[in-house]
Amino acid sequence: MGKLILGAPLSAKIGLVIILGYVFTAVFAPWIAPYSETAIVGSSYELWTEQFIFGTDNIGRDMLSRLIFGARNTIGIAFATVIIAFLIGGVTGMLAAILGGWYDMAISRLVDILMAVPSLIFALLLLTIFGTSVLSLILIIAVLDSTRVFRISRSAAMNVVVMEFVEAARLRGEGMWWVIRKEVLPNIMAPLLAEFGLRFCFVFLFIAALSFLGLGIQPPTADWGSMVRENAPLINYNDITPLLPAAAIAGLTVAVNFVVDWMLHLSSGLRSD
Amino acid sequence: MSSLTKVILQRLGLGVLTLFAVSLIIAFAVELLPGDITQAMLGQSATPETVAAFRAEIGLDRPAHIRYLQWLKGMLTGDMGRSLASKREITEFIGTRLSNTLFLGGVAAAIAVPLALFLGLLAALYRNSIYDRIVNLTTLTSISFPEFFVAYILILFLSVKSGIFPGISNVSTDLAFGDKLFRTLLPALTLTLVVLAHMLRMTRAAIINLLSSPYIEMAHLKGTRPFRVITHHALPNAWGPIVNVIALNLAYLVVGVVVVEVVFVYPGLGQLLVDSVSKRDLPVVQACAMIFAAVYILLNLLSDIVSIVSNPRLLHPR
Repeated sequence: MGKLILGAPLSAKIGLVIILGYVFTAVFAPWIAPYSETAIVGSSYELWTEQFIFGTDNIGRDMLSRLIFGARNTIGIAFATVIIAFLIGGVTGMLAAILGGWYDMAISRLVDILMAVPSLIFALLLLTIFGTSVLSLILIIAVLDSTRVFRISRSAAMNVVVMEFVEAARLRGEGMWWVIRKEVLPNIMAPLLAEFGLRFCFVFLFIAALSFLGLGIQPPTADWGSMVRENAPLINYNDITPLLPAAAIAGLTVAVNFVVDWMLHLSSGLRSD
Repeated sequence: MSSLTKVILQRLGLGVLTLFAVSLIIAFAVELLPGDITQAMLGQSATPETVAAFRAEIGLDRPAHIRYLQWLKGMLTGDMGRSLASKREITEFIGTRLSNTLFLGGVAAAIAVPLALFLGLLAALYRNSIYDRIVNLTTLTSISFPEFFVAYILILFLSVKSGIFPGISNVSTDLAFGDKLFRTLLPALTLTLVVLAHMLRMTRAAIINLLSSPYIEMAHLKGTRPFRVITHHALPNAWGPIVNVIALNLAYLVVGVVVVEVVFVYPGLGQLLVDSVSKRDLPVVQACAMIFAAVYILLNLLSDIVSIVSNPRLLHPR
């Protein structure tokens, strides 16, 4: 593992360091941040001073503290969503590959329909119906995004289930769950991992966009997307403060993309020899 | 051409079927909602009488399948129902919104398409050069940027710092065309930057794919000039993939337009959609979403058909 990382290209190394920085900030947020994320500590839109390094936001909360807590909330929610999407999409995809027949047909057609409409439009519709809470946000995006995971895991598993060792396991009388966990999953892990990075970027940007539109993570929770929205008026006074949370979002996605680029290269190289 | 018309009709039918299925899923989701949308809209403090009156007003007292059939009939006859928030007929105000959005998308496409094709072609022709590597790195970076980040950077530099463009694009119907175009330019520029990277990368890949085919090498080997190879040998076969790239990215534009319209307070369909979602105005959201979905499906269909037309082998699948 250590050798692998040392041999990575510079862009991937930079990406890894940046990701570690974000994770560190997210985990230790309460210890790093000078104030609480919801405490009103000054008047609104204060300038950058020594007391408030990035000034204060629209109702007088410390910008820096909210940026630090935002790492925890924004990344945490996106991460949870991707995990759920992979659980749903991965399991149904592998099942579709193993079972085939009408189950495969039914799920594949449903996925086709869900993918025929842009997920932002679908998500907005479902948010109207179910309301904008964090739980419904996570579940809606997880379900919509699991369609992409389904496609990948199904097509990857398709190539594995026709192998002799899977047939041998089934003839031995192993159960479905055992076949999925011990025979199929280890063999499709590499493409799924690269896909995980891509999906994380997508979901992260997606939730940020929804929060920016005021339909995602709700106040007073510190979240980068809604922070851009709340402080957007400042931009008209030549103040770059609202760009900080947006830059934080962009920074993480760029870093993850650099690492995924390297992983895709790696997994395609490993597969060809 | 009869087999071609058949394929096109088949695809169109499939598109309509998809839209129908989407509307069914939406209707089903409304039924799934625990409690009832009226309670969610009116809040916990609503008296049973108001809830009942509101239910009757929006027709929730009728069974689900009848409600769905009525909605479907209305959609097919051009009657989209009434907005829950403003009580106005949706068809009254959705038209101008739609034309505004189409105008914005059109301006963005008019800038993005030629630019992306030109830059993509250059990157393909001079691949692995410094220019190509710079293009690769910048496009990979800009793909990772959220739309609103691009939008606010443009506002900061082109509106606030230099004062060239207005930061808010409040176009209205009584505006002269030139004025309207001027106010639309900044959001259109944002959208251009958002789709440019994707379009450029896909154009580059399509052209490189084409240039590596044997008959291009043959043309080079028999001593044809490079420019003539491009115009006479490569381009006739490149139109298919290129139009494909354009259609796919215009479909992508449909999504980007929602966020960009909100940033610039542009009175289009996307802003209406977002406003209605926060008011939980389901009929308006449904109508907007159906229009967006139809445009998206139509553009994907177009790219499908173009790739079939440009590659006759796809007409006769074995």
